[in-house]
Amino acid sequence: MSRHDHQDARSEARPESGSADRADQPLIHVENLHVQFGRQHVLRNVSLSVPRGQTLAIIGESGCGKTVLLKSIIGLIRPTSGRVFFDGQDLSTLSDKELTRQRIRFGYVFQNAALFDSLTVAQNIAFPLRQHFSYTDTEIRDIVRDRLEEVGLSDAIVAKKPAELSGGMRKRVGLARALAMNPEVLLYDEPTTGLDPIMTDVINQLIIRTRDHKHVTSIVVTHNMETIRKVPDRVVMLYPLPRLGRDEPQVLFDGSPEGIFQCRDKRVSQFVRGEARERLMEMLATSRRRSGEESAAPAAN
Amino acid sequence: MRGQAAARLAPSLAKLPVMATAENAPHGSEARGCFAPLQAAADWLADLGHLVIVWFTALGDLALFTLRTLRWLFSRLPRRETLIPAFYQIGVLSLPVVALTGTFIGMVLAVQSYAQFRMMGLETRLGAVINMALVRELGPVLAATMLAGRIGSAMAAELGTMRVTEQIDALASMGTNPIHYLVVPRFLACIVLIPTLTIMADFMGVVGGAFYSITLLDVDYYHYWVHSKNFVNNFDLFIGVFKSLFFGAAIGLIACHRGFNCDPGAEGVGRAATRAFVFSFVTILLLDLFLGILLDTVNNYLWPQQARVV
Repeated sequence: MSRHDHQDARSEARPESGSADRADQPLIHVENLHVQFGRQHVLRNVSLSVPRGQTLAIIGESGCGKTVLLKSIIGLIRPTSGRVFFDGQDLSTLSDKELTRQRIRFGYVFQNAALFDSLTVAQNIAFPLRQHFSYTDTEIRDIVRDRLEEVGLSDAIVAKKPAELSGGMRKRVGLARALAMNPEVLLYDEPTTGLDPIMTDVINQLIIRTRDHKHVTSIVVTHNMETIRKVPDRVVMLYPLPRLGRDEPQVLFDGSPEGIFQCRDKRVSQFVRGEARERLMEMLATSRRRSGEESAAPAAN
Repeated sequence: MRGQAAARLAPSLAKLPVMATAENAPHGSEARGCFAPLQAAADWLADLGHLVIVWFTALGDLALFTLRTLRWLFSRLPRRETLIPAFYQIGVLSLPVVALTGTFIGMVLAVQSYAQFRMMGLETRLGAVINMALVRELGPVLAATMLAGRIGSAMAAELGTMRVTEQIDALASMGTNPIHYLVVPRFLACIVLIPTLTIMADFMGVVGGAFYSITLLDVDYYHYWVHSKNFVNNFDLFIGVFKSLFFGAAIGLIACHRGFNCDPGAEGVGRAATRAFVFSFVTILLLDLFLGILLDTVNNYLWPQQARVV
């Protein structure tokens, strides 16, 4: 199977009818998404549209549901209520097999790379190709080398196991694996977390380069302000539900990267500036209240 | 979830007698004290109800998991490169331990039965007892138990680690169904190879029992085998092998299900491995009982006149 066939096979996953209309509508559309695990609500009424070619950054405190949103978009998490549309198709109505076929159009870069630790770097990158296409070994070797080159790694590491790589290298191999299938959408889950500033910048540049060269739609979940300044066209900020009132929207900000640094909402500005003073006061008040309760309890007894 | 429910149940159980005694009621709150036992009983009932719901949910989840596995099994066979390692791991590597267990169980049966049979002058019938017990019960149950211990826990730990490190999500995100890629080969290897492991355990048990009885206990060679041949027939062998198919299926499904639903962290992986073995073992025993009753009924129906006197 040649690389043209590769493109053809991928395009089979695209819905056939009304393709002209679909070009105008957003590639990803999330409608009143609600996700709950047991008694814990993570996302509430989140609505979001991502047009083709856009690079969106999702930011927010840990535990606010960024990763859950990302996994809902690719159908790894089924929403409790609400719908997720990809290229006009409601993911909840798709069968297991149809969903699997749609996922070929995505590339997902996991937070800790999620490389298969029993396979070598080359086998990891070649994995989706071997699963979905019948390339020859030589063709696969070429593709693996190309993808490694794209993420700035030499093919000297192809025989290494993921455990032998540094954190930055693992992330780049994860990106190379996500790129192997020439996806239309790239989802990055905290791609720069745990990396040094130089490697962070390398990853940021790779995201930008991939977007520019391959014209992909990208969604980047991040905490990194440098990434927000450099990478996205648009930023969405989520807020943890336990800290919100009953009717308050979970999306605190939806706008340009420049706009978020000028936002007047205190919760947004504190997050982007990394000001923890108010949160520290809260923690102090809670610990004082607790110690007060503990000292009052023996007295009451 | 189940752990939490059990933890919730324990305090309410402990609370019940304490709140029921009058001297423990707070002063000046007679009305409240009067309702306290009722409240504790209601709490206990609620916790019990929660526990039942959790168990039924888990059972339903396992049933759905089984259905999905069977659907993938019959819709598309797994690739050779996923099947062969699973077959090697489950079949080839389990062979020595199963053979060793079978041999020793055969010899232990001879040791334990010899004295009683000798008292009645029936030591030549040892072969019938040992081989019947091995072929119908001990061979399949011990082979399955060894498989659950050696392979079930390892599969749960491996899949659990993959779940915790998002490798299962990574598989799904690349358009590969994790059940088809990870569960179907293991399930298939368990049900295809457990009959051979059972036959191996039976064979080694028969050899071990015969060796100990004939060589060390000086039981007559000819009569040992004649009595064995007269009392152990092909249907007995079939019963053992047939039961083992269900044991293999249970081990494969329970271990993979535990791995797929592993809690985060090292503790979660450890718990998944332990639970995989415990649940598999309990299921093996339950299946053994019910299949034993069913197959005995079939046996009596097909050969009503067959004397089963040893």
